[in-house]
Amino acid sequence: MFSRAYRTAITLPPLVWVLVFLLIPYALLFCFSFWSVSPAQSIVHSWTFDNYRELLRVNVYLQTLFRSMWIAARVMLFSLLLGYPLAYYLSFHAGRRKDLFYQLVIIPLWVSYLVRAYAWKTILGSDGVLNTLLQYVHLTQHPLDFLLYSPFAVVLTLTHIYTPFAFLPIYASLEHIPRPLVEASHDLGASPFQTFWRVVFPLSIAGVVAGATFAFVLSLGDFLAPLLLGGPSGIMISNIVVSLFGAAYNWPLGAAISFCMMVLVVALLFMSEKLEKKWSFR
Amino acid sequence: MRTEQNLFTSSRWLPWHAALVLGFLYLPIVTLIVYSFNGSGVGGFPPRDLTLAWYRLLFADEAIWTSVLNSLLVAIAAVIISLGFGIPAALALDRANFPGKALFRRLVLLPLILPGIITGLSLLMLFREADIKLSLLTIALGHGTALISVATTEVFAGLQKLDRSQEEASLDLGANYWQTFRHVTLPNLRLSIIGAALLIFTLSMDEIAVSFFLIGRDNTLPLEIWGRLRRGITPEINAISSIIFVFSLFAILIWYRLRVASEVQPEIAAELLESPAQGD
Repeated sequence: MFSRAYRTAITLPPLVWVLVFLLIPYALLFCFSFWSVSPAQSIVHSWTFDNYRELLRVNVYLQTLFRSMWIAARVMLFSLLLGYPLAYYLSFHAGRRKDLFYQLVIIPLWVSYLVRAYAWKTILGSDGVLNTLLQYVHLTQHPLDFLLYSPFAVVLTLTHIYTPFAFLPIYASLEHIPRPLVEASHDLGASPFQTFWRVVFPLSIAGVVAGATFAFVLSLGDFLAPLLLGGPSGIMISNIVVSLFGAAYNWPLGAAISFCMMVLVVALLFMSEKLEKKWSFR
Repeated sequence: MRTEQNLFTSSRWLPWHAALVLGFLYLPIVTLIVYSFNGSGVGGFPPRDLTLAWYRLLFADEAIWTSVLNSLLVAIAAVIISLGFGIPAALALDRANFPGKALFRRLVLLPLILPGIITGLSLLMLFREADIKLSLLTIALGHGTALISVATTEVFAGLQKLDRSQEEASLDLGANYWQTFRHVTLPNLRLSIIGAALLIFTLSMDEIAVSFFLIGRDNTLPLEIWGRLRRGITPEINAISSIIFVFSLFAILIWYRLRVASEVQPEIAAELLESPAQGD
C-alpha cells in the first residue's frame, strides 16, 4: 500500500543521519585504534598494531578490565537478588497496589544519575550521614573508612542505579506468564516452591537474562561512580579511557581500549539475545 | 474462587524484601532532599539548623542558572533531532524493506546499551576529523543521535498498535501520503510521541557521559554540578537536585496520565458505541 517514494522518504533521512553520526564515528574509533601520537602531540594517520600490543604488554590495562568485569558481575548479581523477588512480589502478590509499586520503582530512574551517585557520597563519607549516625547511636567510635573510596562504594552505588534496569525486564516476563499455568501446577498438587521453581522461574529466564545483561553492560562502562566514589582501588576501565583522552593525551590507545570494550559489549548482547530466544516460550 | 494470594502461602518475607528494596532506592533521594535544608552542610547526623539559606544561595548563583538554560536548549534540540529522525526510522522499520535493515535497527539501538563514553568519544573523533568546534551544538547533536533509539522504540511500539486500515481508507479516499501522515498516522501516534519526547527531554537533561567529551566552553547543568563536585560538596547541589527532582516528578505524573489515558481510551470508545444500543 505504500509507494516507493513514500518508503524512500521515511527511510533515507534516518539512514543517512545514522550513517554520518553513528556508523562513521564508530568506524573512526576503529581507525583511531590503529593510529598513533607523534612526540609533537599530533595524530599520525599511519597504521600500526602498537596500541593493541601495548594493551597486552602493560599489565594495568588487563587488570583494570578484569576488575571492572568483577565489579560489574557483583552489580549484576546484587541487582538480580534485589530485583527478582521485588518483581515477583509485584507481579503475583501486590494486588491492587501493583501500579503504585511499579511507579515507585520507576521514579528513581528519572532522578539524575550523577545526583544519586553524589547522594551516596554524602551518605558514605567519613563525616557522612551513615558514619555520623553510627556514632550518634554509639555503634561505632570512629568513622568506618572502607565505606567511601572503595570498590564497595562503587558496587553499592551501581547496584542502586541498575536495580530498576534489572527489575523491568524480569517484571515484564513475569507479567507475561499465563496465570492458568500457575493454577494448574497448584491444582495438580505442586507445593508453592515447586510451582515457583518448575513453572514460574523457567518462564522468567528470558527476563532474567535481559536484566542481567543490562546491569552488567551498563556498569562495566561506567566512569562517574568510580571517579566520584571509587578512590584508587575502585578505578574502572572507562576511567583509563577518560584519562587517555584528557591529560594523558593518547587518543589512539584510548580508542583501542574503547574498541575492545565495544567488541565485548556487542558479543555479550549477541549471546544474551541467543539465550533469550532459547528460553522464551512464545 | 481461588485468588492469587493463597496460591502462594510461603511468602511472608516477600513484602519485607520489597519494602527494603524500595527503601534502598529512595534512601539517597530522601537524604538529598533533607540535607538541602541542613544548615551545617551535607554531613552530620541528625540534621540540624533547618534553613533555606542554600536555596537562597542557589537562586543568586548565576553560573548554575546559565547551565540550566544551556541544558534546556540542548534538551529541546535533542528532542527535535531524535523525533525528527526517530519517527521516520520507526516507520521505515515498520513498513519498508531495504538492504541492511537488520544492521540499521541494531545500529540505531546501540547507543542505548553501549557505554556512553564510547558514543561520546566516537563523536568527538568525528568532530575533530571534520574540524568542527565543540559547543552546545555538538552536545545537542550527540544527545539527539544517541536518543533516536528512544524515539524509535517508543514510536515503533505505537505503530504496532496502530490500525492500518485507517491509513488505507485515507489513501483510498484520495489523500496523499503527506496528508495521510499528517492527519491519520501522526494523531494516532500522539501519545507515543509525547511519551518519547518527555523521556528524551529528561534523559538529555541528565546526560553526562556523551556531554563529557563534546563539551565546549558552555557547561550543561550536569557538567556544572560535576565541576563543583570535584572542588568539594555543598548543600547548594542538594538544593538544585531537589528542585530538579520535583520537576521530574511532574514529568512522571504527566507521562503516567498519558499512559493511563492511552489504555483507557479504547474502552471509552467501546462504551460510546454501545450506549445507544442500550437505550440510555
